[in-house]
Amino acid sequence: MKIGLDVGSTTIKCVVMDETGNILYRSYERHYSKITEKMTELLEKVRREFSLDETAKLTVSGSAGMGISQTCGLPFVQEVYATRIAVGKLIPDADVIIELGGEDAKILFLSGGLEVRMNGSCAGGTGAFIDQMATLLNVSLEEMDSLAARYEKIYTIASRCGVFAKSDVQPLLNQGARATDISASIFAAVANQTIAGLAQGRPIRGKVVYLGGPLTFLPQLRDSFDRALKVTGVCPENSLYYVAIGAAYCGAVETKLVEALESIRKYGSTGSFLSIPPLFRNAAEYEEFCQRHAQCKAPRGDIGKYSGDAFLGVDAGSTTVKAVLLGRDAEILDSIYKSNSGNPVPIIREYLLGIDQKYPSLRISKSAVTGYGEELLKNAFGIDYGIVETVAHFTAAKHFRPNVDFVIDIGGQDMKCFKIRNGAVDNIFLNEACSSGCGSFLQTFANTLGYEIPEFAKLGLFAEHPVDLGSRCTVFMNSQVKQAQKDGATTEDISAGLSVSVVKNAIYKVIRVPNAEELGRNIVVQGGTFLNDAVLRVFEKELGVEVTRPDISGLMGAYGAALYAMGKPAAQTTLIGPEELENFKHEVKVTNCGLCSNHCRLTINIFGGNRRFIGGNRCEKPVTKRNSKSELNMVAYKMDLLASYRKSEPGPRGKIGIPMGLNLYELLPFWHSFFTSLGFEVVVSPMSDRELYLNGQSTIPSDTVCFPAKLMHGHVQALIDEGIQNIFYPCMSYNFDEGISDNHYNCPVVAYYPEVIAANMSTLEGRNLIHDYVGIHRKRDFPVKMHAILQKSFPDITVREVKRAAKAAYGEYDRYMEQVRQRGDEMIAQAEREKLPIIILSGRPYHLDPEINHGIDKLIVSLGAAVITEDIVSRRVGKVHTDVLNQWTYHARLYAAAKYVCSRPDMNLVQLVSFGCGVDAITTDEVRRILEEGDKIYTQIKIDEITNLGAVKIRLRSLFAALEP
Amino acid sequence: MAKLKYNKQGRLLFTKEMKKDYTILCPMMAPIHFRLIVNVMKNCGYHFELLSTTGPNIVQEGLKYVHNDTCYPALLVIGQFIDALHSGKYDLNKTALIITQTGGGCRASNYIHLLRKALKKAGLEQVPVISLNLSFLERNPGFQITLSMVRKFVAGVVYGDALMLLHNQTEAYEINKGNSGQKVEKWIAVLSEQFNRGRGLSLKEQRKNLNAIVQDFAAVPVRKTPKVKVGIVGEIYVKYAALGNNNLEEFLRGQDCEINVPGIMGFALFKVDNRLEDIRLYGGRPAKKFVVQKLMNYLTKMQDILIDAVKTEPKFLAPTPYTHTKSLVKDIIGYGDKMGEGWLLTAEMMELTEQGYENIVCAQPFGCLPNHICGKGMIHKIKAVDERSNIVPIDYDPSATRVNQENRIKLMLAVAREKLPNQKGNINQQNK
Repeated sequence: MKIGLDVGSTTIKCVVMDETGNILYRSYERHYSKITEKMTELLEKVRREFSLDETAKLTVSGSAGMGISQTCGLPFVQEVYATRIAVGKLIPDADVIIELGGEDAKILFLSGGLEVRMNGSCAGGTGAFIDQMATLLNVSLEEMDSLAARYEKIYTIASRCGVFAKSDVQPLLNQGARATDISASIFAAVANQTIAGLAQGRPIRGKVVYLGGPLTFLPQLRDSFDRALKVTGVCPENSLYYVAIGAAYCGAVETKLVEALESIRKYGSTGSFLSIPPLFRNAAEYEEFCQRHAQCKAPRGDIGKYSGDAFLGVDAGSTTVKAVLLGRDAEILDSIYKSNSGNPVPIIREYLLGIDQKYPSLRISKSAVTGYGEELLKNAFGIDYGIVETVAHFTAAKHFRPNVDFVIDIGGQDMKCFKIRNGAVDNIFLNEACSSGCGSFLQTFANTLGYEIPEFAKLGLFAEHPVDLGSRCTVFMNSQVKQAQKDGATTEDISAGLSVSVVKNAIYKVIRVPNAEELGRNIVVQGGTFLNDAVLRVFEKELGVEVTRPDISGLMGAYGAALYAMGKPAAQTTLIGPEELENFKHEVKVTNCGLCSNHCRLTINIFGGNRRFIGGNRCEKPVTKRNSKSELNMVAYKMDLLASYRKSEPGPRGKIGIPMGLNLYELLPFWHSFFTSLGFEVVVSPMSDRELYLNGQSTIPSDTVCFPAKLMHGHVQALIDEGIQNIFYPCMSYNFDEGISDNHYNCPVVAYYPEVIAANMSTLEGRNLIHDYVGIHRKRDFPVKMHAILQKSFPDITVREVKRAAKAAYGEYDRYMEQVRQRGDEMIAQAEREKLPIIILSGRPYHLDPEINHGIDKLIVSLGAAVITEDIVSRRVGKVHTDVLNQWTYHARLYAAAKYVCSRPDMNLVQLVSFGCGVDAITTDEVRRILEEGDKIYTQIKIDEITNLGAVKIRLRSLFAALEP
Repeated sequence: MAKLKYNKQGRLLFTKEMKKDYTILCPMMAPIHFRLIVNVMKNCGYHFELLSTTGPNIVQEGLKYVHNDTCYPALLVIGQFIDALHSGKYDLNKTALIITQTGGGCRASNYIHLLRKALKKAGLEQVPVISLNLSFLERNPGFQITLSMVRKFVAGVVYGDALMLLHNQTEAYEINKGNSGQKVEKWIAVLSEQFNRGRGLSLKEQRKNLNAIVQDFAAVPVRKTPKVKVGIVGEIYVKYAALGNNNLEEFLRGQDCEINVPGIMGFALFKVDNRLEDIRLYGGRPAKKFVVQKLMNYLTKMQDILIDAVKTEPKFLAPTPYTHTKSLVKDIIGYGDKMGEGWLLTAEMMELTEQGYENIVCAQPFGCLPNHICGKGMIHKIKAVDERSNIVPIDYDPSATRVNQENRIKLMLAVAREKLPNQKGNINQQNK
């Protein structure tokens, strides 16, 4: 008898077969992290059913089975390997296997050279991810599947990780996109991620087999893979059990079952885990804590007895919608706090209708809305004011503590923290795409362990040994929690540990301060997550301060909005009345904007009475149908100027292709002129767009490299598709020395990415990619060295020609830079005349690409500022002193620009940072230091393949709000 | 506390006065090498102390004081320093820190600055930081790298490489567990004692010592059984430091593997050779070339004596000469790729495959910039050139879980075991 046991991250699978391989028994269950219990239960059952008294060939597999089998001395086989064994026997003609599990994704190439691949340290695109998305949409997995079947359009969603995807899905929900389309888009994203992340350039063809839970239970997910791969894959019988079957096949050693059971049982009770001191030593300490915080109360009023003017504040957050109704003395008459179930519109409609019917003597005279759903709700109901969240929260916090220095708000999906300086919102910290640890994080865990969140949080208060879980990605926190459970941590310990993790994440990852002094003494904490006493306690302990938590912690945004509305001068409210509410309609249409190269996917919401709202746009064009007036936008100017180098006359030496990305952005004038002078027709790859990116995506070997680098695969592919034989993409350790730094390197990725292209793009076969090492920083050596390089491909080129071409190239580069500088100076002068605020939008030259910057430059211009790039002002100061080694050409400009900005009251700096940019981990801190020493606000915007412009807008609007006198 | 002196840019200097009674803390990387090198430093009149601390507080301190997106080695090294300074074990007014600085285009050149930022954040600004480099960055009056010191350093690296290599090749097969480990301890003691007397450094003495070491390891009784042979390459810190790679070597030994970790000498040769390559690729002064070439020749000679010594015993596999290692990547990746481990990392993977250690763990910190290129970026091509290679890239950072890493390594091992002669099915019955 052979027993295969597959203990995965969420489920446990068991297969029993006889010696000839006939399956006698199989089972599939979720184990809810009770691994040892489930294992013993299953084995006992199998033993009884098959009357196995003595031994059986038991083999364990699966990620969660690894530790147990090791300690208990049970035979173990790695799960991917087990799958291969099973497929080899059951489906010998299979070519490729795609298996999705709870936290793993795997691809096995069987024919044509065996290769097995597993997802790396990012858990995007796995079962846990799909679970998270279903929770976000508030549907079951089955419902999600049937929704996906009825899709019409696919949106672009990053499936790299759940946190990323949430920030893509949330704006879609807020814009009113259909659940059918979102569900299908999520599946498409999973397929995309798996293929791109794991295939890494190897084509998936032939007989494709789908295995594992998600692919078995979700037919629409299979369809998404079919569509993406252009194949029809099969999901065989027993598709859930392949690992267990494979493990059973591997069975070679007879194991004494009674002994095995005994040691598994023992395993459960051994082990130790890292813990921290309890949150409260005793009940008295907790009592004192509660009393202290109970003092911070907002005044209440009796709505039943109230008549006359009232003020409405609405906060449409990422997962919840909150509303507060204030009386004329700022007393709270009524409030709601609800999950938005993906669409806040019906909730607010119902609320307003209810108020109207129940309290006819009350009249809402002013109203304001804040949060992600601000614009949607403002347009839907004619709410008077829309304000940025930071301002709403500050308004509310000030009401409780007029001398507040620091506000931290932890909500469902996001974390907002800001400092207050001179009575205005200053330094803002928001959680970035990859920092987990918000409210929904705790909620997910509470639910997995079978608790509601308030109950779960209470458990942690008196935990004896809170687990030290570190702070990590939600998905991997799962395995960490499981590990702790195995090691004997109680649910209480885990609850407390998760609260600690949330707080540590906030303090050390998002705010990044080591102590409370840097925050100021008067700290107000708010947001739903701080209603959790455990989180509050840990926060106070970690920083060593007592903070203020208002009793309406979760309502502060709405409260602030209401206070804001109340403070505005009297005017006729635009809020729609009862009749309009009764006849309220809400329709959604999805379309693509064709007015510029961004091709924003627009969601058009149509309400009754000519009210409508367009979401998803980056600029005002689709709303006003007009081109904005002549803008002061250096990004746009540079793009126009560079466009003139895209054209080239046919030349006697034929065509040479240049992929337009990374350092070639700024060097295009150089190389264009160089090759034109040599008699080439220069063909530049087209403007980046989503499709261009996807065409090269499958050849990216490292999925954690920055997006601008990934985009290069698409550009090279585009040149190949155009039939270009010779492509020029040189490696460059060094860039020009602009005299403002200690060295003049390129970053490692920019310097050597051509090597990755050459090694991983098999479509280059038969073509000539010139990717030699080139040193343009040594002007005198360059022609000779370059000649040697070119001669390998074009033997007839002479040194003389190269010398002439080099001269032209250096000249053209200088001319281009000079032109840019002049226009930049003019724009600054014009902005000065028009008294416009100037934003120095700084990053790298390749951040000009609209596919990379997502039109953030336009967003800033639409907020009423001039956009100037860092290279314009960096030349005005020269070399600046830095606390870091100033050794990269592009980054030296950043430091210099930051220094210059400090000398100008009308300038502020916004730094664009590509996700995954290691160098910017150093530059951002240094730029912040320079700016803060100059009394300036530092604003950083992280951008990636997909960027949540909602969060970007909050940042920028808060910056502008702080600048207002 | 010594008088604090600053240079023009405001950098706190390590003064001659400090040299007298300051303890200089040094982070741990490769244990065998670093223990030898620390002895060299003590011998040169510095009060060195090697930090062999472990434990979760190191990561905690790192997360607290270093930008969390910074590479994992920086986080660990700085965390280890702060953890030590906070431990109460050291007089904070009589302690200095030392850290290497390569001056290359990678983030690593900035570790020292991140360390100073961290010290500032932690209120430990009086602690001077010494930069250890060969690029003439950051000079200190109380700390000078002399030619004789460099020579001793190189000797330390040669001995370290020898001991590491012999230990790895013997340990997996030794009949009496612990034999080869004891040999390592014995030789560290013997060599340190020699260093203290100014011995063991001349070419002749090195040859003699190395031969004796090789003979000594050859005398360890072994039983050769087929084992999975695993090579470890990667970013230099996580490649060698157990703190950085979750005790990777120990884990692999537990999985009944023989491991091979290419030595530090190759890295030193690579870093020097880069300067020659720069001149070759982009042009440069002949005088500079002359000096660098001299150094290159010296290091090559040092590697040669190591190889010669190992070759005296046929049972050991000697490292391949640098020139051969370099030739392996001729058509794979350019010699201009010099940041971080650069082309050397790719070359080591090729070399290991060629030597029969085709099962490779490529260890890198999460998001390591150079390794996007020379590590993960080259796996596809290496496989195309030599089909035997069985490489698994593993990312290390504070939030990666050990289970996850080990599961992936086990997958690589499962594939490896299949190819093993007389394999007993692909099940690892744990040898506890």
